[in-house]
This record gives sequence, C-alpha cells and structure tokens, in this order.
Amino acid sequence: MTPVATPFFFYLLSGLALLGGILVITRKNAVHSALALILTLLALAGLYLMLYAPFVAGVQIILYAGGIMVLFLFVIMLVSIEKSQREDQFNKQWIGGLVGAVALGALFVRVFVRSKALHDLTGMPMAQLPEQSNTQEIAVYLYGNYMLAFEIASLLLLVAIIGAVVMAKKRI
Amino acid sequence: MLDYVTSYLRSNTTPGQAGNLLWAFIYIILIFLGLSVAVIAMNWLERKILAHMQVRLGPMRVGPHGLLQPIADAIKLLIKEDIMPAEADKSVFWIAPVLIVITAFTTFIVVPFGPTHAVTDMNIGVLFMLGVSSLSVLGVVMAGWASNSHYPLIGALRSSAQMVSYEIAMGLAVVAAVLMTSLHGNGLYGVAHGAVGDGTLSMIDIVKAQQDQHAWFIFKFFPLGLIAFFIFAVAMIAETNRAPFDLPEAESELTAGFHTEYSGFRWSLFFLAEYSAMIAVSAIAVTLWLGGWLRPFPTWLTGETWDLVFSLFPAATFLLLALIAIVGTLRMPKHPYFRVQTLGLAGFAAVLALIGILLLLPPVRDRIQDIYWFSLKVAGFMYLYIWYRGTFPRYRFDQLMRVGWKVLLPVGLGVLILTAIVGVLL
Repeated sequence: MTPVATPFFFYLLSGLALLGGILVITRKNAVHSALALILTLLALAGLYLMLYAPFVAGVQIILYAGGIMVLFLFVIMLVSIEKSQREDQFNKQWIGGLVGAVALGALFVRVFVRSKALHDLTGMPMAQLPEQSNTQEIAVYLYGNYMLAFEIASLLLLVAIIGAVVMAKKRI
Repeated sequence: MLDYVTSYLRSNTTPGQAGNLLWAFIYIILIFLGLSVAVIAMNWLERKILAHMQVRLGPMRVGPHGLLQPIADAIKLLIKEDIMPAEADKSVFWIAPVLIVITAFTTFIVVPFGPTHAVTDMNIGVLFMLGVSSLSVLGVVMAGWASNSHYPLIGALRSSAQMVSYEIAMGLAVVAAVLMTSLHGNGLYGVAHGAVGDGTLSMIDIVKAQQDQHAWFIFKFFPLGLIAFFIFAVAMIAETNRAPFDLPEAESELTAGFHTEYSGFRWSLFFLAEYSAMIAVSAIAVTLWLGGWLRPFPTWLTGETWDLVFSLFPAATFLLLALIAIVGTLRMPKHPYFRVQTLGLAGFAAVLALIGILLLLPPVRDRIQDIYWFSLKVAGFMYLYIWYRGTFPRYRFDQLMRVGWKVLLPVGLGVLILTAIVGVLL
C-alpha cells in the first residue's frame, strides 16, 4: 500500500491550519472566529492521520470539533453580535505578544535543527507506530504502563465536573 | 493497466486496503447513486406508509400510485426560487447545507456492505463514523444562526443541546458493543473460543468478530447486548432529529425549525442529508448489533441446501415486488384516462421482474448476497423510523433531556460495567 503522507498533503493541511488560526484572531464576528477554529482543528486531525495516529485524529474530531466547539457556538450564538462588534478587539499588548511569538518560534526551530542533527549523527530510524494496531497500542499504554497517571487525570476531570455542578446549582 | 483494474478483484479485501484507487472511486460512485435512489424511495415510502397508517391514500396523482411523486418534487425544488434573507450571514448561510451533506455522505466510506464491499476499512471505523456524523450538528447550528431569525435560532439551540446530550448515551452503547468484540465468553448464546482477545474498532472486523463468536451482539450476554442496542436505537433517533425527538424542527412550535429560512435547492440538501444520516446511523446499528452482512443463522442452518435457499432471497424479494406491481396493474381502473398509468406500472413490474431474474444467476447471486442482507437490515430500521413517526407523539424538551441524561446515560454506564464484569468472569 502506498503511503498517503506526501509533502503535498502536509503543506495543504498546515496551510489550512494556519489560515484558520489567522482567521480566528482577525474576524470581528465571534461566530466566524469559532468556525475558523473548527477549520484549524479539522486540519490538525488530518495531520494526526498523516502521522499514522488515526485514534488521536478520531478523538480530535469527536471531542474538539464535534463536542467542545458546539458548546462554544452554543454560547456565542446567544451573545448580541452588534454589541460585541462595536467593541475594540485588540488590547495594546502587541509588543509582549510579538516577543512571545518570536521566542516560541525560535524554540521550535532550535528543536528541529537539533533533532535533525542528532538523527543524522546516530542514523536512528524514526519511531513508527503500526497504523493497523494504533488504537490497541494506545490502550496498552493507557491502561497498562501509565495506568496510575491515567486514573489520576480522570479523577481530576471528575473533580472539575463536580465543582462545576456545585458552582452552578445553589440547591442540589 | 488491465492488471491494475483486476488486481482488486483477486485481492479479497476492500479497494482502500488493496490500494486500488480506481475501484475505490467506482465504489464511491455506486454508494452515492445507491444512496440517492434510497432517499428517493424513502421519500415515497414514508408518505405512502404514513398515509396508510392514518387511513389515507397518500400521493396518487403523479404516476401510478404516486410513484413519480418524488421526481416531480425534486424538479419542483430545483426550479424554485432560491431565497436568501436580506439580514442573513451570507457565507455561513451558504456553507451550512453543504457542510451537512458532506458529513452525511462521508460516513459511508467505512460502511461495510460486505467483507469486501466497502470503500475502505479503517482501524478506527466506528470512531470515524461517530465523529464525522457528530460534525453534522455544526451544520444545523450554522444554518440556524445564519438565518438571523427567531425560529431557526431556537431550533438550532435545541438541536445542539439534544445532539450533544444523546451522543454520550450513544457512545456508551457503542463502547459496550466494541467491548464484546474482545470477549469470547459464553454469554447465553456465544461460543467460547478461549481467552480474552484483541478488541477492534474496524467495522469489518466487528462483523467478523460476531461471525467468529457465533452470536450477533444483540443476543450476546443476554440481556446486556439487547439493552445496549435499545439505548443506541433511541439515541440514534434523537441524533437524526426524527420524530418523536424532532424538537429542532417541531412544526407546531417553530414552523420548520433550523431550516425555516431555506428554500429550493438548499432545502433539498437538508432533506438529502437528513435521510442519508438516518441510513448511516442505521448502518452503525446493523454493523454493531445485528451482524452486518451475515445472513440469518449462518452457523445453525448450514450445508449446501440452506446456502442455496438463503442465496435465493434477493431474487425472491424482487420477484415479490414485481408480483405486487402486477397485481396493482390488474387492479387499475379500466377507464381510458388511466391507460398511460397502467402501462407505466406494467413497465415498472417488468423492470423489477428483470432485476429478480438477473439476481437468480449463480455468479451474481454469490456476489450480491451480503449486500442484500445488509441493505435488508438497514431497510428494517428505515421502516421503524417511519413507524415511530406515525405512532409516537412528540416529546417536550425537558422530557427529552430527562430521558437522555437520567435514563439512558445511567443505564448505558451500568450496561458497560456489567458487560466488562460478565465478559471477564464467563
């Protein structure tokens, strides 16, 4: 079977993700921003598929695009658009933002250059998870090797859910 | 070149896995055409069956017994004026129906009509179907918001709340079924094959697991499989916004709900998406609980005679339909006014009989069998959808939410835990 992970798809999906990200912060209408964010999330799901991680891609679509973003839209739709459009959208902290972005970009470039050098030096093959048993491998890691960490994370989420219910309801 | 074309036929797997783009493309076209025909047929059947349930005749004017009514409707919708409200958000209003149709059709990539009859087989098959069909709620929300009108907005809000809540119960039921693929325990009807095996999310492997364990999952760990199936069957009606859970488009309160402002071609896209989504979720239910493409009693009634009997079913179905059409032809009024209609119905009967005879041929018979059983099971669900619509009164919104969160969710959790316990113990 020929691999689908061609450079063309990588550039297409990353381009879509970047486009969505830029649209999120430039649209004045909050609903348009949310829709652009969905585009970014779907493009990221495509990138996960290209990394031979179909399970992560599926979860990304179900949880982020299908679940969380629907709740986002649910809230945004109830906000009066006219009022929010008249408000000033940008605060005056673009210097700080620029410094942060450059620092993060430099970090990414550094990691890329360093890992490429290491890879050339040692000649180690890239780690590759088998695509056909990807879900099973993740299950083995989550419920076997890292059971405790996984359970602690789920307990944390449970506490957050109970907290939300307690905060929202006066009488239980 | 010829080798490339025929390589899939010898590969004994799906075109996607064989890496044969040409056959994958052919399957996509076939599924697209088949779905369109199924939606047209559903349109006619729904009106006819609902009418007969209410002791009416239903469409009778366009063609014999109203057979050409869906085509007349399609032409009407295509040539109707396409109105976009002046205050609508143009781009979102335009994208919403397109998005909802794309999500409804994309799910069919992994639907297994047979062990080799699917566009492709994914490692995350069920997850993919649930994920992509959960995106359709975005289309509903976008349509409701972009219309910039009160009824659609209320419809969209109801729809998003309803679909997000019922997705949880649906997911729990699906997890219970996926769990069963790894548990080879006895249950009541299952056959022990040894230790706990690898589970799977792939649609084709789930059906193969049912074949190996000699039990459809609806009967496995009786009554656990049945309860999980029931939860899914209720949740899938809520997911597709159909009666009795059709609050997003409740006619008596919201005129037409989220698609009130849509007309003409765009409205027909919503219609198409709704019916394809119904077929898609029915396909999930059939694959997970009703043995997918497996014929009834694949291990009990074996042997050459039974194989032959069951392989004659597709042809028999079409010949029966032809017989009904012939009876209809004979019972047409003899007045000259009805001559064209009588001739048309006779022609329809002839076409059905021809298909039936074609399906009798041994090579066709063997290839078509699994597709037939899968489609028959899905058709059963389609009939149930119409039946529910004709029988149940619409729920109130708080009742709907109570059923979802306070009944289906706890029961689903209980079934999941019990399935795990029973599976490990037995």
